[in-house]
Amino acid sequence: MNLDLLTIEEARGLVQSREVSATALTEAHLARIAEKDGEIGAFLTVTREPALAKAAAIDRLAEKGDPLPPLAGVPVALKDVLMTRGVRTTAGSKFLDHFVAPYDATAVSRLEAAGAISLGKLNCDEFAMGSSNENSAFKPVRNPRDTTRVPGGSSGGAAAAVAAGFAVATLGSDTGGSIRQPAAFCGVVGMLPTYGRVSRYGLIAFASSLDHVGPLTRTVKDAALLLEVIAGRDAQDSTSADVPVAAYSAECGRDVKGLRIGIPREYFAEGLDAEIRAAIERKLDALRGLGCEIVSVSLPHTEYAIPVYYIVATAEASANLARFDGVRYTSRAEHAKTLAEMYRLSRSEGFGAEVKRRILLGTYVLSAGYYDAYYRKAQQVRTLLTRDFQNVFTNVDAVITPVTPTAAFKLGEKTGDPMEMYLSDIYTVTANLVGVPGISLPCGTNKEGLPLGIQILGKHFDEATVLRLAHAVEQVK
Amino acid sequence: MATAANDVSTKYEAVIGLEVHVQLLTKTKIFCGCPNHFGSEPNSNVCPVCLGMPGALPVLNQQAVEFAVKASQALNLVVNETSIFARKNYFYPDLPKGYQISQFDKPLAERGWIEVTTAEGALKRIGITRLHMEEDAGKSMHEGFADSDAKTYVDLNRTGTPLAEIVSEPEISTPDEAWQYLTKLREIMLYTEVSDCNMEEGSLRCDANVSLRPRGQKALGTKVEVKNLNSFRFVKQALEYEIERQAEALGEGGTIQQETRLYNPGEGRTYTMRTKERAHDYRYFPEPDLLPLIVTAERQAAIRATLPELPEAKRARLIAEYGLSAGDAATLTATRERADLFETEAKLAKSPKRLANIVLSELQGRLKAAEIELEDSPVTLAGARLAADLVEEGKISSKILKELFDHAFEQKLDFPAIYEKEKPQQITDSAEIEKMIDEVIAASPKQVEQYKAGKTTMIGFFVGQIMKASKGKANPAVVNEILVKKLSE
Repeated sequence: MNLDLLTIEEARGLVQSREVSATALTEAHLARIAEKDGEIGAFLTVTREPALAKAAAIDRLAEKGDPLPPLAGVPVALKDVLMTRGVRTTAGSKFLDHFVAPYDATAVSRLEAAGAISLGKLNCDEFAMGSSNENSAFKPVRNPRDTTRVPGGSSGGAAAAVAAGFAVATLGSDTGGSIRQPAAFCGVVGMLPTYGRVSRYGLIAFASSLDHVGPLTRTVKDAALLLEVIAGRDAQDSTSADVPVAAYSAECGRDVKGLRIGIPREYFAEGLDAEIRAAIERKLDALRGLGCEIVSVSLPHTEYAIPVYYIVATAEASANLARFDGVRYTSRAEHAKTLAEMYRLSRSEGFGAEVKRRILLGTYVLSAGYYDAYYRKAQQVRTLLTRDFQNVFTNVDAVITPVTPTAAFKLGEKTGDPMEMYLSDIYTVTANLVGVPGISLPCGTNKEGLPLGIQILGKHFDEATVLRLAHAVEQVK
Repeated sequence: MATAANDVSTKYEAVIGLEVHVQLLTKTKIFCGCPNHFGSEPNSNVCPVCLGMPGALPVLNQQAVEFAVKASQALNLVVNETSIFARKNYFYPDLPKGYQISQFDKPLAERGWIEVTTAEGALKRIGITRLHMEEDAGKSMHEGFADSDAKTYVDLNRTGTPLAEIVSEPEISTPDEAWQYLTKLREIMLYTEVSDCNMEEGSLRCDANVSLRPRGQKALGTKVEVKNLNSFRFVKQALEYEIERQAEALGEGGTIQQETRLYNPGEGRTYTMRTKERAHDYRYFPEPDLLPLIVTAERQAAIRATLPELPEAKRARLIAEYGLSAGDAATLTATRERADLFETEAKLAKSPKRLANIVLSELQGRLKAAEIELEDSPVTLAGARLAADLVEEGKISSKILKELFDHAFEQKLDFPAIYEKEKPQQITDSAEIEKMIDEVIAASPKQVEQYKAGKTTMIGFFVGQIMKASKGKANPAVVNEILVKKLSE
């Protein structure tokens, strides 16, 4: 039996029926990682021993014949910005090369409690800052669909691991598209839950008001199953919402007839790859066939999203990354003679170029004399972006857009031009600024055989409709 | 200092503002569940949140909100229904996140006041600009270790202790007004039980800003911030020094440099700590990890309902109800515990006024001499009440009272016990007393004449003589009764 590309339901079913033991399933995935990850670079740390110990525990439960928890025996892996107790946690940074987390992120402990087996920690852009995974301080990740190309970022390892068959599902983080863009590049499903839906406790912060934890999976239903486990109020995150969590997996397969879907003009303008446009239009035609109503809508402030994003995100990052200062758990520069020098040297040595660029930008926009022109203005425009969505959602149930302007690009293609790199997030950043849920799922391939993505955005806390519609999009040919 | 103090005050007017940090006495820290406790082993009351671990998030302690609102209300501040936490960014080893969670442009409460008495005896309200909530930093320990010449140690137990920062308007004009402002502020914090205000442990800390301007001038002079003010006395002394120093500099045609100075209490002088050529840019922005703090009108009312009677009100009431002098009322209300103890006994006492007198004269005097607090006194307020009642009923004279108090303090016994033990064998036998009275009257013909001529206050002389003769043991009531009868014959 090929155990490489199982869904959550398949994996759990095999373990529950004892057709395949959790131990065998784990061993198979570990073997595949050992064999193939040298080429891909998805993992920064493989936690073989704890994974096998956990698998053995699940097998003992299965032997008793008790009903197993929802993710029992499912091999997963975690983006290395999630804190994992007793396990090295680097955020893709040299600064944290030897850092062992003292506690588990809430999403991680919920996955663990649901019986999932974590195989290790996944490569990513340093502190989740990047769109190609080339900003990892350790090594780039290669796209399993074409190893000359990037997997996207910053959750490049998380997308690649699912695409390469290293794990059934992974957890990533998305601050401006970091789950959805790599999902599109690697041909997998990536979900951005509503801001506040999944606890951020234990997610190493990049930009607190934009950061989301979410799943990367092979199918929409898997995303729903994973979301059911990790979603819900957490007393340790003040911004986590006390909104009931629906049975998302039950939404998959429900009729989509009568749903009104908005197509924002601004997302289909200049710069969009013709093959992506065509692939999305084919899906829209199919949805019409299922009884969906497709209407053209406008999100007029879209053009400001990228500048607003790079002000808000960097401002928050400049404070969030201040704790990496060489005093406590990070590496400290040797030979510093004064306190100021210790900070300067430690941070100069510890952070990579992109992280420094963003800290500088964020420090600048918050500085006396510039705050009003940049940070305050950006927050005002953010409010306008939110209103754009509120207006559109009075008329439609969901919005469909591209995920990326192009398919996966080549390694090194955009590293020389940060602005070019930032623009690859043009269709994804707005959802983070507004806080609405979204999903990126495969939408066919281009003529080079590279995966293309389609994005569905929904109303705040209406993951149910997003998943229901995504499932329909996934199923239509 | 060459400049005489009165020269200073005729030429210049001091403008003083105070920033006070008060640690709130909550059970746990402001953003995590760690114990808020002074004096534990270094770095023992810590967790991922207060250590600033990656991924850790703050959750606001509602008891801290309650205490801060209570303090605000007691200081006559208006509590904002919505206030915003903000990040104050700066690097320091005892600040684990690299920013302090504080409040900036939308503080918890604004526009309050504390009343002081000016040198001329007039009442004056010192405005309070704001009270905001924030977290305390840890402690850097630069001394006390074998390798302190090369290393600084950091204790993060204090990190995340809830603080209320209380900022006054620059409306304080003299070091004495500053002292009064602080004394009243502390008294109010103690009454509301939101802080223990222990300056030695750092639960109340004060910085002062002071500038001088020529009398009549409106524009403010260049201000100097003075730190390391570890007692209210030091605040007063440092301000006195600083005003003289600035006056002298200005008087000689010099200028004042904007700077931070440290007070050295041993020398009674201030020294430059750092000049502010480079103003700090803290790059405040709203804390995205916390929601805006909403304190609804209903919640404010519920908290207000738990406010105790505040010191000013209590003093006014004690003066009115028990006929105390303002000074006596002030002494008896110095702390809420003392005031409560006094009131409990005053309600039971035959004469509250006499109880107050005994507490202030017999008890306080001996406590002061023995350098012990009322809480550790051998004679309790209940004991003092028995003493007051005995005097009031004429069962003991004031001479005996003093003796009994001396015995109580020597033997470390409360008044009822010492009274039982040393109870004077009072002479109540009227025949015996009559005999003593006769002897005194016979020996004092002049005084008898004066009394009969209408000078009835002479009665005190006779009572005194009889007490002397009886070694204080004659029952004063019986003495009075017989004496009046005899003298009227």
